[in-house]
Amino acid sequence: MAYVAVKGGERAIDNAHAWLAEDRRGNPDVPDLGTDQIREQLGRSVDRVMAEGSLYDPDLAALAIKQAQGDLIEAAFLLRAYRTTLPRFAASMPVETDQMQVRRRISAVFKDMPGGQLLGPTYDYTHRLLDFTIAAGTPPPKPAEMPAEPVAIPHVHGILDHEGLIERDTPAGGEPFDLTREPLAFPAGRDLRLQALARGDEGFLLAMGYSTQRGWGGTHPFVGEIRVGEASVFLTPPELGFEIDIGDITLTECQMVNQFAGSRTVRPQFTRGYGLVFGHGERKAMAMALVDRAMRAQELGETVAAPAQNVEFVVSHCDNIEATGFVEHLKLPHYVDFQSELETIRRMRADAIGDILQEAAQ
Amino acid sequence: MPFPDAQIPRRQSWMAVLARASQPELVRLLQAAPPLPAFTRLRAPEAGLAMVRGRTGGGGAPFNLGEITITRCSVRDTDGHIGHAYVKGRDAAQAELAARLDAVLQDASRHDDYAEAVIAPLAELQTARAAQSARKAAATRVQFFTLATMRST
Repeated sequence: MAYVAVKGGERAIDNAHAWLAEDRRGNPDVPDLGTDQIREQLGRSVDRVMAEGSLYDPDLAALAIKQAQGDLIEAAFLLRAYRTTLPRFAASMPVETDQMQVRRRISAVFKDMPGGQLLGPTYDYTHRLLDFTIAAGTPPPKPAEMPAEPVAIPHVHGILDHEGLIERDTPAGGEPFDLTREPLAFPAGRDLRLQALARGDEGFLLAMGYSTQRGWGGTHPFVGEIRVGEASVFLTPPELGFEIDIGDITLTECQMVNQFAGSRTVRPQFTRGYGLVFGHGERKAMAMALVDRAMRAQELGETVAAPAQNVEFVVSHCDNIEATGFVEHLKLPHYVDFQSELETIRRMRADAIGDILQEAAQ
Repeated sequence: MPFPDAQIPRRQSWMAVLARASQPELVRLLQAAPPLPAFTRLRAPEAGLAMVRGRTGGGGAPFNLGEITITRCSVRDTDGHIGHAYVKGRDAAQAELAARLDAVLQDASRHDDYAEAVIAPLAELQTARAAQSARKAAATRVQFFTLATMRST
């Protein structure tokens, strides 16, 4: 079927966008919002846009949030579009999260462990009461400081490792799958799955993770560890031939520890689901770890029945840029498609009436 | 001239310091150093991406986590030293200054001037920032204690 070009929308579109710009600015008597203010004071929004936009750049994320009037999916879309304008110079060495400069690190399975429980800047234990001193712009109190050595803090699962009670990481080599270069393909390896989850929609993953807790593919999870902090990014430029450190990024990592009954070849032990996201995003990292573990059902010989265990279902639907593109395209003109549907329906009705009249005549 | 292998760790450490320095910080500290040698751009500052990788489970096989903006630049100064910079972000001026400093720091006769005026204060500042963050984290460390119960007597 040929497409029929219909013109005439240009002026309407231009005028709509001009009105949008005015609407975005809001009341001009209120000072304009600086992107530096967004970067510094709306950090969790910036982090979410970087994670789902799959591009670490707080300044660009802040601009995207301003441009999108705080619509975070639209902002992530802007980052995804921007990244296509830049060449890729390199891939980093894998970030070593056990070397992170940790601001927050907690475990729900061990009370006392090397490095201790560091609460860091957290919303946990707040009363969720609106604080009107923030509206009044009252300066915050100065946080307390206590003596500390900036030392690396080992991963908690190492504690169980020497007894063989927890599964080990498999450091298999090879180039990992890259969703930005190759189309999705199934069966999807864990590398592809983790990349898709890391840039997946927080709300979708939260709901999927929640569904596993409510019995749709239960994994009996414990938070082995959550850590938030800064990790160095290393890469090896070919002209230098050695590794260099290009700066720090904020990461949130979640190690979920899950019960595993064992199989014919493996004795009962704890398995792990893994979450790693750009920025400070604990809810996302935890949900990612739950869903990562749920999607390992087949590999671990468990029954695959629940949505969160279905790799194709989760990986194909977790990307909010793709989802919004397909859902929102429905509002674009479908005049010709609809016209043909309309004619089909009319013909079917006419045929049905014809049949009835014919029967009545007999 | 090839860069001697034995010097690589030193160069890595000054490059790491320069990657974390903002352009205003570099400009300010360079005021206390001799003027940087003239240079030609081998590769003008250019913004691009690096794919950041993570490890499955924190210690296993690599996977692609997401991309980061980076800027690279390469220069040759009048003494023939070639300086490179790869830095996080999109600041062309920072990348070019970092590349020029990488070149001049390779010059044995000039190294100490720039190491003292620029690298040492930056390293100190960066260490102090990390130490302050660690002290704030330490203040949020949970100090568990056990309450005596009626049954424990």
